[in-house]
Amino acid sequence: MEVPYIVKEREDTGLINSKLGIWVFLASEIMLFGGLFSAYIFLRLAAAPGEFAHWSAELSVPLATVNTLVLISSSVSMVMAWASLKLNDFPKYRMYMGITLLCALIFLVIKYFEYTGKFHHDIYPSSSTFMAIYFTLTGLHGIHIIGGMIVMLYFWLPVGSKMWDSQPEHFANRVEALGLYWHFVDLVWIFLFPVLYLL
Amino acid sequence: MSSDHDISSIQDHIRVYLIVFGALAVLTIVTVIASYLEISTSEGIFLALIIASMKASLVAAYFMHLISERNTIIWILLLTVVFFFVMLFLPLISYTDQVHI
Amino acid sequence: MSSKSHNHDYHDEGFIRKYIFSVDHKVIGLQYGITSLLFLLFGFSLMAIMRWQLAYPGTPIPILGFLFGESGTLAPEQYNSLGAMHGTIMVFLGVVPLAVGAFGNYIVPLQIGAIDMAFPKLNAASYWSYFVGGVIMISSFFMPEGAARSGWTSYPPLSVFENGQTFWLISMIFLITSSLLGSMNFIVTIVQLRAPGLTWMRLPLFVWSQFVTSFLLVLAFPPLEAAAILQLMDRVAGTSFFLPSGLVLSGEIVDVAGSGSPLLWQHLFWFLAHPEVYVLILPAMGIVAEILTNNTRKPLWGFKSIVYSMVFLGFCSFIVWAHHMFLTGMGQAMSAFFQTTTMIISIPSIVILTSYFLSLWGGSIRFNTPMLFALAFLPMFGIGGLTGLPLGLAAADIYLHDTYYVIGHFHYVVAPGTIFALFAGIYYWFPKITGKKMNEMLGKLHFWPSLIFMNGIFMPMFIQGLAGVSRRLADGGESYAHASGVLQWNEFMTTSAFLLGISQIPFIINLIMSIFSGEKAGRNPWDSTTVEWAAPSPPLAHVNFDSEITVHHSAYEYSVPDSKKDFIPQTEN
Repeated sequence: MEVPYIVKEREDTGLINSKLGIWVFLASEIMLFGGLFSAYIFLRLAAAPGEFAHWSAELSVPLATVNTLVLISSSVSMVMAWASLKLNDFPKYRMYMGITLLCALIFLVIKYFEYTGKFHHDIYPSSSTFMAIYFTLTGLHGIHIIGGMIVMLYFWLPVGSKMWDSQPEHFANRVEALGLYWHFVDLVWIFLFPVLYLL
Repeated sequence: MSSDHDISSIQDHIRVYLIVFGALAVLTIVTVIASYLEISTSEGIFLALIIASMKASLVAAYFMHLISERNTIIWILLLTVVFFFVMLFLPLISYTDQVHI
Repeated sequence: MSSKSHNHDYHDEGFIRKYIFSVDHKVIGLQYGITSLLFLLFGFSLMAIMRWQLAYPGTPIPILGFLFGESGTLAPEQYNSLGAMHGTIMVFLGVVPLAVGAFGNYIVPLQIGAIDMAFPKLNAASYWSYFVGGVIMISSFFMPEGAARSGWTSYPPLSVFENGQTFWLISMIFLITSSLLGSMNFIVTIVQLRAPGLTWMRLPLFVWSQFVTSFLLVLAFPPLEAAAILQLMDRVAGTSFFLPSGLVLSGEIVDVAGSGSPLLWQHLFWFLAHPEVYVLILPAMGIVAEILTNNTRKPLWGFKSIVYSMVFLGFCSFIVWAHHMFLTGMGQAMSAFFQTTTMIISIPSIVILTSYFLSLWGGSIRFNTPMLFALAFLPMFGIGGLTGLPLGLAAADIYLHDTYYVIGHFHYVVAPGTIFALFAGIYYWFPKITGKKMNEMLGKLHFWPSLIFMNGIFMPMFIQGLAGVSRRLADGGESYAHASGVLQWNEFMTTSAFLLGISQIPFIINLIMSIFSGEKAGRNPWDSTTVEWAAPSPPLAHVNFDSEITVHHSAYEYSVPDSKKDFIPQTEN
């Protein structure tokens, strides 16, 4: 006996369990990053005028712009991966999921250079409240990227993707849930980018 | 599964995904250019957040399929957004409303 | 598919998979239950030690005195540590895991006619995350630095520099994760897995209370997680999120960047902690509803208004938090706003309590042990709720904030409030869980002294608070002249506390004894209407029920005119 509505939608709600589950989880994530954004606002108000703008100028806008485009691309490739499954094209799915993983890796590599660049210039979270919230926000975001990558890897490699052979619909639903999570991670960056780098 | 996802509708969706991708790339460039405009800080914040919200809405509506999503999900998200704004603005207002000795 | 009595997939489970890492909601519920009861006992002991000190300052603590150093008495930092850990353990390791993790997990799937929660493996992960968080929290006592000592509220700057706080923060991250995963599971389960015919307005109030509670947990906990990360960074990465400029510690200026804000912590903390108190009370209200209607043999009065009140209560709980911050220099506009929302939130609470009282009118009341605890909940929660009103009014709160009045208020709601409801739930659902009944004599021996001594501990706190005695004073107010008239209550309260502890012995004996030699219970010993009583006692592993569940009736059809029995089970055709 299995819990129902894993693959078939429940009639009155029109939902499968994982769809509702991932959205509720994303709601909690909105509040998590919201807490940090609230901290940003509060700290900016509490800082001396112009202090945040001064420290923000230390950040590299070109690198972050590239990263923004990289993450948007990964979002597209992720949704294309899911669409490929729905079109029964498993090789295309693997290609797109692979591209998503690659983009995520590129994002992290660029972030790595950003961080080490800061450390090289003796700029740490402890240097100012701006840098503190910058490292914390992007750090937590980065941890979410890594988490997403681990799940993507699991669904890309045979260990996870073999479910496609026995339960294709269930597998597609799982990839859809992962996709929703990944788009959320992209969404957070869409706000992080202007707030931290441009304002 | 549901009729939402038969082959031709998926292919239509793919067209939409690519259009949205283009829009997002353009809006990203716009965001960066806007940051170099000679406007006041509060105008800058307002503009940046408007553009970011547009990008976010595109991702949410089309990549995350919210535009055709069930009511249950929409209501949960609306509730969350309400509390999100409460959490963002009430402390801010408390701070500005503070008693200064 | 064959009838549900065959658990094909689970026949070959080894001991570990069956009892340790089980994904069956009933096993997980019991794991939460046993763990949380042990933590409650531990948290109680911490308080007992503190109360000894308050009643007999300077006298070495009996038996355990050697743990606290040469003198056998508590140094102020040790007192603070016990205080902070008592609060933390009772709220986060005791009451919520019992109310939500144990009762919620065990009973909700049964009451909605489901075979398990929507995500059984995630459910197991939630328990083990709680367990790890609990181990980390308790292990902090054994660290060289000692356990946290900055209050359960962990206000910076103190919490950034004080001992023991790092473990507290790391533990909280595990506990919050557990809560988030769990509440997500509850929401999906209740929305998706209701049996055919179980519409929203046919749901028992216990399920409604767990549903609203889960939304509170899912949306309110993440900001505290964010704040905990920030405080951890302040402690280990040298940031100054919560540290203002020019901070002086032990006569020296602290070497940090500064321009942080202690108020930021307070806002983020109380954004969770206020909804948290409704997390503490809502499941209790749900349990009391079940037991009241069952033992008055009448439908609950105002079912719909109770549902709407619970939902409204949940919503309002997000917009009242700064009534904990009236003394932080908030301006008039914000103080007026939060005072208003706080007054408004008392309305749904009053609607619910009044409905419960009205439900008693004309009932055929059975005074069994669960009913006694449920009945006692009503006036006790009434006192707790009413004493909250002066605290919610900014002007009165200026005097009462951080006094013993506050401690009296919140303990009335949680201790003879929620905990009594949880006791009621244990006595009520024990027959379903074990197939045996608990002993009524021992139950009454547990109830009456507990009721008396709960009041003995907490009523005098209002007297001390109104006299101006502050909370968190290691000497109980001895060094303050304004406290001299009310200090004699300390001994009275301490004696009540010890006697309350002893009153739990009949309960512990009853629990253990009844598992082995309790009277056999049968499927529905209380003649209850709700769906969990349609399962065998105990319910079948993994599938719960031995027949298809379809719901045909609303939740509380007791004493329906022209019906054969005085109750119609929800599942009856």
